[in-house]
Amino acid sequence: MAEKMTGAEMVIQALIDQGVEHVFGYPGGAALPIYDAMFQQDTVQHILVRHEQGATHMAEGYARSTGKPGVVLVTSGPGATNAVTGLTDALMDSIPLVCITAQVPTTLIGSDAFQECDTVGITRSCTKYNYLVKRIEDLPRIMHEAFLIATTGRPGPVVVDIPKDVQFALGDYYKPDFDTLRHQSYRPQMDGDAAAIEAAVDLMLKAERPIFYTGGGVINAGPAASEHLRELAELTGFPVTSTLMGLGAFPASNSQWMGMLGMHGTYEANLAMHDCDVMINIGARFDDRITGRIDAFSPNSAKIHVDIDPSSINKVVNVDIPIIGDCARVLSEMVRVWRSKTNQSRSEALAPWWKQIETWRAVNSLGYKNSETIIKPQYAIERLYQATKKQAKEVYITTEVGQHQMWAAQHFHFDQPNRWMTSGGLGTMGYGLPAAVGVQVAHPEALVIDIAGEASVQMTMQEMSTAVQYRLPVKIFILNNERMGMVRQWQDLLHGSRYAHSYSESLPDFVKLAEAYGGKGIRCSNPAELDATIAEMLDYDGPVLFDCMVEKDENCLPMIPSGKPHNEIILPDTANIGDIIDEKGRQLV
Amino acid sequence: MNAHLQPTGSAYFLTKETQDIERHTLSVLVDNEPGILARVVGLFSARGYNIESLTVSETEHGRRLSRITVVVIATPKTLTQIKLQLERLIPVHKVHDLTAEGASLERELALIKVAGSGDSRAETLRLADAFRAQIVDATVESFVFEVTGKPAKIDSFIALMQPLGLVEVVRTGLAAISRGPQGM
Repeated sequence: MAEKMTGAEMVIQALIDQGVEHVFGYPGGAALPIYDAMFQQDTVQHILVRHEQGATHMAEGYARSTGKPGVVLVTSGPGATNAVTGLTDALMDSIPLVCITAQVPTTLIGSDAFQECDTVGITRSCTKYNYLVKRIEDLPRIMHEAFLIATTGRPGPVVVDIPKDVQFALGDYYKPDFDTLRHQSYRPQMDGDAAAIEAAVDLMLKAERPIFYTGGGVINAGPAASEHLRELAELTGFPVTSTLMGLGAFPASNSQWMGMLGMHGTYEANLAMHDCDVMINIGARFDDRITGRIDAFSPNSAKIHVDIDPSSINKVVNVDIPIIGDCARVLSEMVRVWRSKTNQSRSEALAPWWKQIETWRAVNSLGYKNSETIIKPQYAIERLYQATKKQAKEVYITTEVGQHQMWAAQHFHFDQPNRWMTSGGLGTMGYGLPAAVGVQVAHPEALVIDIAGEASVQMTMQEMSTAVQYRLPVKIFILNNERMGMVRQWQDLLHGSRYAHSYSESLPDFVKLAEAYGGKGIRCSNPAELDATIAEMLDYDGPVLFDCMVEKDENCLPMIPSGKPHNEIILPDTANIGDIIDEKGRQLV
Repeated sequence: MNAHLQPTGSAYFLTKETQDIERHTLSVLVDNEPGILARVVGLFSARGYNIESLTVSETEHGRRLSRITVVVIATPKTLTQIKLQLERLIPVHKVHDLTAEGASLERELALIKVAGSGDSRAETLRLADAFRAQIVDATVESFVFEVTGKPAKIDSFIALMQPLGLVEVVRTGLAAISRGPQGM
C-alpha cells in the first residue's frame, strides 16, 4: 500500500490525489524541494505570481468561481507573511484555501535563521486551522486533513507549514481515511434540526410581511443551494434580498428580487428588512454593514437564522429559530416541509406587503443624474453590463474595494451563483485583479472582468505580468476618479470635506502601463465613446487595462450611515448629507 | 424582538451591553497537540474575552487529551459566544460550563512562603493547622506551606499570613469537575 517518497513528492502526490489542477505560488530557498518535485510532473500546473498576496487572491477567485479549494504554495519568512492578507480575507469570507508554506529546517527553527518566521504563530488567528509538520510520518495525513478542514463545515483557509528537512525526508505515503484523522472532534453539522425546520416553516406560513435575507453561505453550499432557494422563493412568493457575498444565488432578473441590502443596498431591501414580520436569514451573519444600528435593526420581526457555524447564531442579533446546518440541505427540507403543509399560493395574504414594496421600489434609489460630458461611474457599469449580456461567453466579475465595488454590486446584475467575486468581510483593496487571474485560470474560455478603482488596482498591479505570462485575457475595467472614492466620500460626510490623503497626486498612465506589461491599454473619457471602447475591450483576445475616466466627486448612494437604522437611509436626492450624521455616528467605522 | 439586545465589545455600536457580568468555570476537553494553548488563549485575546484563571494539563495520555479549566467573567450572552467560539476550534472536543450545569467541585493548590521568628512562628503554625496547610519546607526562619481548597479559602489563608511575614505565593489556578457519576 504505502509508497516510499520524499516529503516534497508527498506534497505533490497529495495534491494530485485531491484532484488539484492548479497551484498559485512563488518559489524561494526553503520551498525548493517542493518546486523540484513540481518540476518533474505535469498533472499539477503551477501559476507563477508576482507577489504572494496575489497568489492567495488568485486562489480565492479560483475557489469562489469553481467551488473547489484554491491552493497556494509559498516559501518561508516573507513568502508566508505576504500571504497573510489573503489568508485573512479568505477567513472573513469563508473561502476554502490550502496554503502550503515552506519553513526553515526543523534544526534551525527558533534560531532566527534566514527567512525564518513563526508562520503557525502568525497565521493562527487568520486561518481556520494550521499545521507545522515536524515529522515526515505526519505529512500525508496532514495534507489530506488540510483539504478536509478547508472545504467542509464553514469553509476557510488552512496553512500547512513544512520545514525543508521534512521536504527532503523519505517516508511512506498513504491516503488516510476519514476515521483515522487526528481530529475526531471535527464533525460539522450538516442536517438542520427537523423540529426547528418545521417551526420555521410554520412561522413562514403565517407571515404577512416576510423577507428572505440570503448570504454567502448559499453560494458556499454549492449550486444545489441556489436551486433550492429559487424553488422556495417561488413556492412562498416572498421577496428576496441578499448580502454582497450572496449576489447571484437568486437571479437578479426575477421579479421577487429586491436588490442588495445593507449600507449601500436598495431602499426597498432595507425598508423591507426594517418593517418585516418574519425574517429568514439563510447563510448570512448579521454583519454590521447589514444591520446598521443594532438596537433599531428590524425591531418587530421574528427571525429565523440558518447557518452552518453555531457561533454565528445570536452573535450579533438574537434570533427566534436558529437552524444549524448546510444551506442546501436545510433549504431542500424547507421546500419539502412547505409542500407537505400547503399547496395553496399565499399571494393574496402577501398582496399588501408587495404593494408596500412597490411604493419603495418606485423611489428608484439607485437612480443617478447622468451627464453627456462626463462618464458617470454608475453609467459605465450599466453599459459594461449591457455589453456583457450580449456575449456568448460566461461572465465572471471580480472587484477591488471601494465605491466602484458598491456601484458594481448595485448596477451589475447576476443570475447565477459563483459569478461574483469580491472582498466582503476584510475589504481588501487589491483583491480584484489577482482574483480575476485566478478565475480565468479556472475558466479559460470565460469573460472575466475586474471592475476596479485606480487606487485599489495599484496595490496588486504587478499581477498584470502574471496574466500576460499565462495568456489570461482578463479585463481590468478601472473607474478612474483620481480619488480613493470611498475615503473621500466619508471625509465629505464626516470630516468637513477635508480630504486628507484621499487623492493621488501622481497616477501612472494606465494605457502605457498596460503596454509596458505586454497587454492592451484603452482610455475613455467621453460618454459617447463608451460603448465602442467597451466593445473594443471585449473583442481583444488578451489582458486589457481599461482606464475609464469618470466623474471625480460622485458619492455612492443610497447609504445607511454608521449608527443609523435602515429606515434612515440617505437617498441620492438628499441635500447636505454631511448634516445627517451626528457626533456619535462620526466615531463609527 | 431584539431591541433590548446589544452586541458586546464592538466599537461599531453606540450602546453598551446592559446585562450583568457573571463568573463561570468552563471545562474544555482538547487534543493535546502543539499550539493548542496558544489557540485557546489567542481566541480570548482576539475576541476581547476576560480570563481570570486558566489551568491545563494532559489528562488522558492514551488518547492524547488535555483538559483546560478556565474561569471567565462575562455576560450571559458573551458566555454563550465563548463556548461556541471554543467549540469552533478544530482540536476542541467539548466545552462544559460547570457553573451553569449544576453542582461542581472546584479546587486550587497554593504554595505559600512565610518568614518569621519568635511568637509569630507559633501563630503561623497554629493558623496553618486550622487551614490544614501542610508544611513542605521548613528552616529556622521560614516555612513553605501547601494549601488546597476553594480559592476563597486560599485567599483567606494568604490574608492571614500577610502580617505574619508572607514572602511569596504561587497558585495553580482552578481545577474543577462536576459532581455525580457523569463525565464529560
